[in-house]
Amino acid sequence: MAAMSGIKGEDRERAIAGWAFMSPTLIIFAIFIIIPIFFAVYISLTDWNGISPPSDAAFIGFKNYRALLFQNGIRQTDFFKALKNTTYFALGVVPAQTIIALLLAVVVNQAWLRFKGFFRTTYYFPSITSSIAISLMFLFFYQRGGLINQVLSVITFGRWESVAWMADPRGLFHIMLEAVGITIRTAPDWVQAKVLGLTVWDWISGPSVALMAIMFMNTWTTVGTMMVIFLAALQGVPGYVYEAAQIDGASAWRQFRSITVPLLRPTLFFVITLGLIGTYQVFDQIYVMSSGGPAKTTLTVAYLVYRNGFTNSDMGLAAAIAILLFIIIFTLTMIQRRITGSEGDL
Amino acid sequence: MTTLTRSDTTTRGERAWVRPLKAILSYGILFLLAAMFIYPFLLAISTSFKTMPEIALHPSRLIPETFTLEGYRRLFTFDVGRWTFNSALVATAITLGNLLFASLAGYALARIPFPGSRTAFLAILGTMMIPGIVLIIPMFIVLKTLGMINSYSGLIVPKLTAAFGIFLMKQFFESVPKELEEAARIDGATAFQTFFRVVLPTARPALVALIIFSFQGAWNDFMHPLIVVTTAKDLWTLPLGLALLRGGMGQNLLWNSLLAGSMLTTLPMAIIFFIFQRYFIEGISYSGIKG
Repeated sequence: MAAMSGIKGEDRERAIAGWAFMSPTLIIFAIFIIIPIFFAVYISLTDWNGISPPSDAAFIGFKNYRALLFQNGIRQTDFFKALKNTTYFALGVVPAQTIIALLLAVVVNQAWLRFKGFFRTTYYFPSITSSIAISLMFLFFYQRGGLINQVLSVITFGRWESVAWMADPRGLFHIMLEAVGITIRTAPDWVQAKVLGLTVWDWISGPSVALMAIMFMNTWTTVGTMMVIFLAALQGVPGYVYEAAQIDGASAWRQFRSITVPLLRPTLFFVITLGLIGTYQVFDQIYVMSSGGPAKTTLTVAYLVYRNGFTNSDMGLAAAIAILLFIIIFTLTMIQRRITGSEGDL
Repeated sequence: MTTLTRSDTTTRGERAWVRPLKAILSYGILFLLAAMFIYPFLLAISTSFKTMPEIALHPSRLIPETFTLEGYRRLFTFDVGRWTFNSALVATAITLGNLLFASLAGYALARIPFPGSRTAFLAILGTMMIPGIVLIIPMFIVLKTLGMINSYSGLIVPKLTAAFGIFLMKQFFESVPKELEEAARIDGATAFQTFFRVVLPTARPALVALIIFSFQGAWNDFMHPLIVVTTAKDLWTLPLGLALLRGGMGQNLLWNSLLAGSMLTTLPMAIIFFIFQRYFIEGISYSGIKG
């Protein structure tokens, strides 16, 4: 585009330099990402066990996909259970971290505020810490006599009953329904109907107590990153926009709704996309804290990929789940793009 | 008095009582949240110096009754020294690779209008769209085929370059004035000479950000080592070793050791973070996130 001269020799030199500069990256990406993707699609159509040479695996067409999506059985049940858990996880964590991060960014960005650096640093710190270290810390805090129960006990003036967080499979909505007297026994019969491997009652369980514990931890960890992203964007909003609004008598809330949010739309899109991509892949925390339990209520799609491929030696099935997950994440990002109506920067 | 900066959101014509109320509320919430972020780390540090019986009795007491190195001592019998060495080696190698390869690629995309640059750009962008979890199976297949499972090269080579770093560098080079390079070209320097002698030395802030993010990513990475070296004890990194140690303990979790390990994993990142804070924040704003 910026070609200033049309001399042949210079063009050729540019082509050589350009590709030479790119080649280490392109070679590594080709070998470890681009070609493997096609491999993965092929493996998902086989029954490869991950141990014998891949060329020995039998080609079985769409059998893995059929087992996951359409055939009654443990594979279908596990897949949709994992998808359900992951979706509850994303529906809880993404809005929570986005809203908290945005509010924090707006508050920390106020010109009169002191200790800005301190707040920014403190909130961001968990984001740079190893997910394994954080998971072990929270595993400790979530014990029956641990920090979380104690804090809850203090702020409810001792009325809080200790919860064994990581061992509790009860779903949030099931707990709420029970509070108004609806249990599996008093509910109408149609909740026992099976839809895609799970009963209606199972689908509407909500996140289990154990999953909510991990969701809280996840929000705690990522909110700082999202806040810094919002801050970077906020600093690009010129101050005179707010001054003009103030002269017109707009309240702080009105300014937030009518100026901050619309101007941050692309950033909002970016943060939600990052959040969706991140939450739909949640893995490390599950591996360390719950291994998918109790009662498979923290089984996530990413963990299911790992377990099938590396514990159950069913690489074909694992690859099929991974590809379905890719399609899900891609579709969600596109839908989200439509809703936010933004081009964003991705 | 206070000067109005670019994003000042306070009102000049506010009623007298609004401002102090707003301040109290803001500070109250912000300090409460700060405590929520700091306290867990403090409690984890303190627990790593407690005895197991004390942990069982008072899991949430901040000051240890008896201070002990038992947790750390036991941790070192599990070969944590080796894990630390592996983590440092792997993270350093990956960081150096990114420093070179990502800045080369970023520069080419920003400054050399070569045929096919658009395609190369889209290919790299495409790799960024592929979720990491989707790649674990194909990554395993390729590494197995190349005989790189259970090896340092398997841990390092696939991570030597990354889309994030490339975009960070591309963004930076686009913001640098062209005059320097043009002067070098007129003096007859080749593209490589121009890059290494003229361009790269000006890129220090971006390179520091790149070092930090690459190192952080590699140091904290869990999934890649899990796929590549789980069956080779000698090659475990800190996060992998810790996770597998926890798995091996079953129900009988030795918390002082596990939290000692967590703190050891956190410490290097904490030091880097406090020294280079500014670059963490700047790095995020470089990486193509515009308001």
